[in-house]
Amino acid sequence: MTWDWNFAIEVFPEIAGAIWLVIGITLGAYIVSLVFGLALTFARRSSFKPLALATYGFIEFVRSTPPLVQLFFVFFALPSIGISFDKYTAGILTLGIHYSTYLSEVYRSGIEAVPKGQWEAAKAMNFSKMQTWFKVILPQALPPVIPMMGNYLLVLFKETPILMAIGVGEFLQEAQLIGAANFKYLEPITIVGLLFLLLSYPSALLINKLEKRSKRGFRSTKKAVKEMNEFEELKG
Amino acid sequence: MGAIEKDLASKDSLSTLVRYENVTKRFGDIEVLKGVDLDIKPGEKVALIGPSGSGKTTIIRMLMTLEKPTSGVISMGGEPLWHKKSSSGKLVPADEKHLRRMRSDIGMVFQHFNLFPHMSILRNVTEAPIHVLGLSKEEARERAVDMLEKVGLGDKLDAYPEQLSGGQKQRVAIARAVVMRPKVMLFDEVTSALDPELVGEVLEVIKDLAKETDMAMILVTHEMDFARDVADRIVFLHDGQIEEQGTPQEVLENPSSERLQAFLSRFLRN
Ligand SMILES: Nc1ncnc2c1ncn2[C@@H]1O[C@H](COP(=O)(O)OP(=O)(O)OP(=O)(O)O)[C@@H](O)[C@H]1O
Ligand SMILES: [Mg+2]
Repeated sequence: MTWDWNFAIEVFPEIAGAIWLVIGITLGAYIVSLVFGLALTFARRSSFKPLALATYGFIEFVRSTPPLVQLFFVFFALPSIGISFDKYTAGILTLGIHYSTYLSEVYRSGIEAVPKGQWEAAKAMNFSKMQTWFKVILPQALPPVIPMMGNYLLVLFKETPILMAIGVGEFLQEAQLIGAANFKYLEPITIVGLLFLLLSYPSALLINKLEKRSKRGFRSTKKAVKEMNEFEELKG
Repeated sequence: MGAIEKDLASKDSLSTLVRYENVTKRFGDIEVLKGVDLDIKPGEKVALIGPSGSGKTTIIRMLMTLEKPTSGVISMGGEPLWHKKSSSGKLVPADEKHLRRMRSDIGMVFQHFNLFPHMSILRNVTEAPIHVLGLSKEEARERAVDMLEKVGLGDKLDAYPEQLSGGQKQRVAIARAVVMRPKVMLFDEVTSALDPELVGEVLEVIKDLAKETDMAMILVTHEMDFARDVADRIVFLHDGQIEEQGTPQEVLENPSSERLQAFLSRFLRN
């Protein structure tokens, strides 16, 4: 069996036609993961211990089970206790919540890098808890972790083919249908790979660029910390 | 409360702004403060001196509500800081709402400035007046510019903290605290992180401020000449206890306790 250019050109638009659906699902799930991830971060730091502990348990549980199993759980198992979603919502929620556990870890690392003195200054200026988070801490915690956040967008994008398991017509599902109808899989599946490459590669370049920029920012904070330590040494 | 008691209480709160009553603090097994009693009058400038590790920073951090006392009562304007009177009149631990209300009378300048690095100098100084005090943008800006000019930084409004020298940063930090108009300002060794040639400019700013303000100040410092110039009273802390206190004259020139004498002589030698 050899590569059939005519067949490839003929089916390309059919497979590529799923592009808006794939992008939509990726962005939808990503927004869920950004927002829910932040909520998880706050909940984990809550001074109400049962909430902090339950959140920790939830994060560990979600991370240590495969997304495909979670997808089946949401789409096939939840309806039996009266909670049902259409396949798109189920897909977006599952991927979004799965990745929110990773995003919450990214947020956490950014937050822990903010010096303790910033929290204390915020208190001394009498900011409320909310003002402290949104005016003082997050604006310093997030920029250094933007590249990491971008990476998870790519990883999430590459995870969308699992949604074919519940019949979402993304790239792989389309290719699989075409392959089955024509008994030819080489071209459609190759096209799927190509589409992922075409979309991922430019995004990866963009993220790389962001990373270089934020490293420069990070260097200046590192320098500040180093200088502070030198002062301490001089003093002591 | 009877009429006479009430009268006494209000007189008391007039003559005392901050009161520490038998305050102790432990970090784990170490007792850092061993029963501190200290009264500060409205407008009074108090310098806190003592060897490293004697608990000076801890004393003022407890007033800023950054550290919770292990026992004892700290009050501000006659009202307990870390406690609230419950409906039955008993003192119960304060909630965040109470702490936040009390904090509005207290300001602090830190050793390492702790400016907000992502905000311009102007925003560092206007952010809290706008969002905490509820001033209009114009009012806040006016107050901030006025204060920044006073500390000699009227031309740095749009700069960012990383573009300033240590001395300039610390002057911004002072302006940032003063615009909130607290009743008491806390200074924790605000010049000890500075290059020696920048210390003077910051001390000058504080001296000027002390002269013209009716805010009370508690100044932790190792600069004895500065303490003499600025303070109404010097408190010497040793090993978690107040060992001696008095006017600058009494404390610096006629120290009575041996420990204070030793501390001062070590100081003058260095
Ligand atoms: N968060 C903390 N955890 C444990 N120990 C602490 C903590 N903060 C302070 N200490 C200890 O408490 C003691 C008093 O500290 P404090 O910072 O109040 O002293 P200080 O008089 O300000 O000293 P210095 O002149 O060095 O600033 C020290 O022994 C210090 O190691
Ligand atoms: Mg100290």
